[in-house]
Amino acid sequence: MSWLDRPAGDTQITHRARLWLYAIAVAVLVFLLLPTLIVIPMSFSASQFLEFPPHHWSLRWYASYVASPGWMQATATSLKVAALTAVVATMLGTAASYGLFVSGLRWARLVLMLLLTPIMVPVILVAIGVFYVYVKLKLLNTLAGLALADSMLAIPLVVLVVTSALRSYDMNQELVARSLGASRLRAFLLVTLPQIRFAVLTAAVLSFLTGFDEVVIALFVSGGGNATLTRDMFNALRDQIDPTIAAISTVMIAVSSILLAAVQLFGRSRRD
Amino acid sequence: MAPDRSLPITVRQVTKAYGALRALDQVDLAVRSGEFLTLLGPSGSGKTTLLMVLAGFVRPDHGSIRFGDVEVVRAPPHRRDVGMVFQNYALFPHMSVAGNIAFPLRMRHVAKAAMEAKVAQALETVQLAAFGTRRVSELSGGQRQRVALARAIVFEPRILLMDEPLSALDKQLRDRMQIELRNLHDRLGMTTVCVTHDQREALTMSDRVAVIDRGRIRQLDAPRTIYERPANRFVAEFVGESAFLPVEQSGGEIRFAGQVLKLADHPGSGGPWLLMVRPERLRIVTDTATDATNLLRGHVLALVYQGESLLLHVELADGTRVPVRGSSARGAMASVPQQGEAVTLSLAPEDTFLLPNETSAP
Amino acid sequence: MTGDADAAPNAAGLRRDAALERALLFGLSVPALALVTATMVLPVGWLFWLSLFDDDGQFGLENYRRLIQQPSYGRILLATFEISALTTLICAVFGYLLAYLLAQLSRRRAAILMIGVLMPFWTSILVRTYAWLVLLQRDGLINAWGMQLGLWRQPLALAYNLTGTVIGLVHIMLPFLVLPLYGSMRAIDRDCLRAAASLGANPVATFWRVYFPLSQPGLFAGAVIVFILCLGAYVTPAVLGGGKVIMTANAVASDIELFFNWGAASALGVVLLLLTAILLYAASRMVRLDRIFGGHGS
Repeated sequence: MSWLDRPAGDTQITHRARLWLYAIAVAVLVFLLLPTLIVIPMSFSASQFLEFPPHHWSLRWYASYVASPGWMQATATSLKVAALTAVVATMLGTAASYGLFVSGLRWARLVLMLLLTPIMVPVILVAIGVFYVYVKLKLLNTLAGLALADSMLAIPLVVLVVTSALRSYDMNQELVARSLGASRLRAFLLVTLPQIRFAVLTAAVLSFLTGFDEVVIALFVSGGGNATLTRDMFNALRDQIDPTIAAISTVMIAVSSILLAAVQLFGRSRRD
Repeated sequence: MAPDRSLPITVRQVTKAYGALRALDQVDLAVRSGEFLTLLGPSGSGKTTLLMVLAGFVRPDHGSIRFGDVEVVRAPPHRRDVGMVFQNYALFPHMSVAGNIAFPLRMRHVAKAAMEAKVAQALETVQLAAFGTRRVSELSGGQRQRVALARAIVFEPRILLMDEPLSALDKQLRDRMQIELRNLHDRLGMTTVCVTHDQREALTMSDRVAVIDRGRIRQLDAPRTIYERPANRFVAEFVGESAFLPVEQSGGEIRFAGQVLKLADHPGSGGPWLLMVRPERLRIVTDTATDATNLLRGHVLALVYQGESLLLHVELADGTRVPVRGSSARGAMASVPQQGEAVTLSLAPEDTFLLPNETSAP
Repeated sequence: MTGDADAAPNAAGLRRDAALERALLFGLSVPALALVTATMVLPVGWLFWLSLFDDDGQFGLENYRRLIQQPSYGRILLATFEISALTTLICAVFGYLLAYLLAQLSRRRAAILMIGVLMPFWTSILVRTYAWLVLLQRDGLINAWGMQLGLWRQPLALAYNLTGTVIGLVHIMLPFLVLPLYGSMRAIDRDCLRAAASLGANPVATFWRVYFPLSQPGLFAGAVIVFILCLGAYVTPAVLGGGKVIMTANAVASDIELFFNWGAASALGVVLLLLTAILLYAASRMVRLDRIFGGHGS
C-alpha cells in the first residue's frame, strides 16, 4: 500500500483523495513566497533587463546603491526612525499593557480597545490628518514627528504581544517578591520583566519593522532631507524601474528576516 | 518560644465586599504570639481573602490589623516583614535555588558573607543542604515546597503565612509534610497562619483552628474542641463526618424515636436540638447487652471496605441514615452484620453531643 | 474591641490608598493613550471638523452634498467595494484551503510551512509590490516564461491595471486571513470529528456538517479584517494600478496632493472611516452571536 492510499487524519480520508488539496496548498505557498524570494537573485543580475535566471552575476546594483548619497541618506533616515519607533512604542506599550493587566478594572478593557484602534483606522486618513497637524506644529519632515506617528501604529502590536505574555505568566511570583521585601517597581524589574523579556524583545523588533517599512505616513510626513527609504522607493516605483531597487529590496528582506530569526532563536534557547 | 521571635496578630472589624458579595464580614480575630493557627473552610469561604488581607495583597474596605503594637492595614506588602508560602510555591524560575532563597536578604541589603551563611542555614533547616546551585526546573514537587519554605523563613520573619501549602503534594508526602511543618514551626517559633480546606491537616498541625464560612468565623478553638464540641451545625458538618438526629425535648428529658436518651450533660432550656452522632463512636451491640445505652435499631444498607476501616451505612427504623465506622481487623469483622441484616447501635453518654437545630428544614 | 464606637476603622485611609493605587496603575497607560490621542484621534477629529467647511469657509454639509452629487466619487466608492469584495473572496477560498491543510499537519510541520505565510507578511509592502512588477510587467518574468513555454504569444497585460492590483492585494491580504483562520481551526476539538465518523458520517459529510461550521468564526474574522484593510488600500493600487485603478484612499490623497481640496478629501475620508466603523461594529455583533450559538445557523 503506497503512501497515497494511507489515511491522512481522523476521518480516514486517503492521501490520494486529497491530492488536489495538496496541489492547491503548494500553489498558494509558491504564490506567497515567489515574489518575496525572486527579488534576491534578480538583485545579483548583471543585466539591466529583467531575466531569470540571470545570465551573468554581478554586484553592480549593490555598488550603485551604496554609491548613491540619496539612497544612503534615505536608508540612514529609515534606520533612525525605526530605532526611535522601537524604543518609544515598546516602552509606552509595555507600561500600558502591564498597568492595564494588573489593574483589573472594568474600564481597563475599554482603554485596551482604544490602544488597538490604530490597526483598524485607514492609514491614509491618519497620514493626511497627521500631515495637517504637523504643519501647524512644525513637526513636518522631522525624524521625531515621523517616529511618533509610527510608534502610534506599532503600539497595538506591542500591546497584543506583551498582554499575551502576561496572561501566561504566573503573577504570584510578583506577589511573592513583594511579600519578600521588593517594592512594586523592583518586583517588576527583577522578577516579571526577566520572564517576559522574550515578548518585550519581539515587540521591539515588530515596532522596529513597523517604523522601517511604513509607507503611507512617510509619504506625507517625511521629505526634504529627511525622506525615508520607503518614500524614495515608492516614488522610484512610479517612475522607471531601476534595478537598484532590487538590491535595496534584498537588503530590506535581509534586515527583516535576520531580526525575526534572531527573535525566534533567542526565544527557543530561553525555553530550554 | 522567645517573645522576640514572634508577634501576635490582632484583626478587628475587617470587611471586604466585592459588589454584593461579602468575602469578609466584620471579622475579628486574635492570633497569639507564636501560635500555629489554621483558617479552615470550604472554597469561597473567605479564608484565602483573609490571608491575602494579612499579607497586604487585598485591601479591605475597612478594618484594623496589628502585628504586635503596629497598625499595618495600610502598609504595602513589602513593608510588612512577613514570610509567605503560596499554593503553587511561585519560585522564580530564572534564579537558582540559592538565588531564590537569597532574594529577601538582597532586598534587606544583607552583606554577602552573612547572606551566604543564612541561605546555607535555611537549606539545612528544610533538609536540602546540597541543593543551592540547582535550578528550579530540576526539583520535584516536595523539594520545591521546601525551597519555598526556606525562602519564606530565611530572613527570620516573626509571622509566617501559608496558603494551602500542601495541596499540590500527593497523599504520602502530604501526611509526612504535615508533621515536618509543625516541627519547623516549633523550632523557629514564629506566629504561623495557615489556610486549608483539608480538615485533617487543620486538626493535625494547629494549636487552634478558625472555621470560616461566608466571610465569618464560625468557631475558634483548639482542634479537639472543634471536633468534639462544635459550636454550630456548619462546623459539625464541615469537620468530621456525622449524622444529625432530631430529638424531642419534653419535661427534663430528651427523646429519640420514643426512647429516653442518657446524655453527658443536660441542655436545660433552648432547643429544638439535634443529636450529633460521630460514626466511629457508635458501637454495634447485641440486643441482650445490658450495659449498652442509647440504643438505635435499624438494618444495614451497605458495607464498604475502606482499607483501614469499615464503613456501614445503616438505616434506622424511622428512615434516618447513619454512617458507622469500625475497625477492619479480622476479629472485629467477624461480628459485623451483613447487608440487609438487622443491627443495633449503641452510643455512650459521654459520646453524645447536642447542637441547636438552626433550621427546621435540612 | 470593647467600647469601641468605630465600626469601620481606617475606612477613609483605605479608600484613599485604593484610589491612589488605581491612579498609579492608570498612569502607566497614560503616555500610550496620549500618543494615540495626539497622533490619531486628534488628527482624524481635525479632519472631521475640516470636512464641515466648504471652499468659501462656510460651515455646512456642502462637501458631503458634492460627494453624493458627483458621480465620480460614487464610482470610486463602488470600485473600492468591488475590489475589496473580490480580493476577500479569492483570499477566503484559497486561504481556507491552505489553512485547512496546515491545521491537519503536525504542529512542527505546520510551523515550518507557516514560514511561507509569515515571511511575506513581514516583508515590506514596497518590496512585494516591486517584486510583482518584476513578475507581471509586459517584459516581466511571467510573460517571458509563458511565451517561452509557448503558453501564449502576446504578452499579457498583468500589471498597471485592475488585474495587477487584485493580484497584489491578494498577496498582501492572504496572511491576514490564514493566520486567524488557522488558529481557529487548530482549536477545533478533534473528538468532534471522530464522533461524527463513529456516528456514520463519511469524510465529506463530516467536513461540511461539523468542521466547516466550527471554523466559521475564524473565517469570518479573517474575512472582515481583509475586507476592511482592502477598503483603505493605498500603495498597491497606486503602484500596480498604473493610475487606472483609483480606490478611495488614492482619491483622498490626490484631492490633497493635486487639488489642495481639503474639504473634499476630508469628507471622503470621513465616509471611508464611517464605513469601516460600521462594518467593524456589525462584524463584532455577528461574531458574538456566532459564539453564542456555537457555530450553527446561517
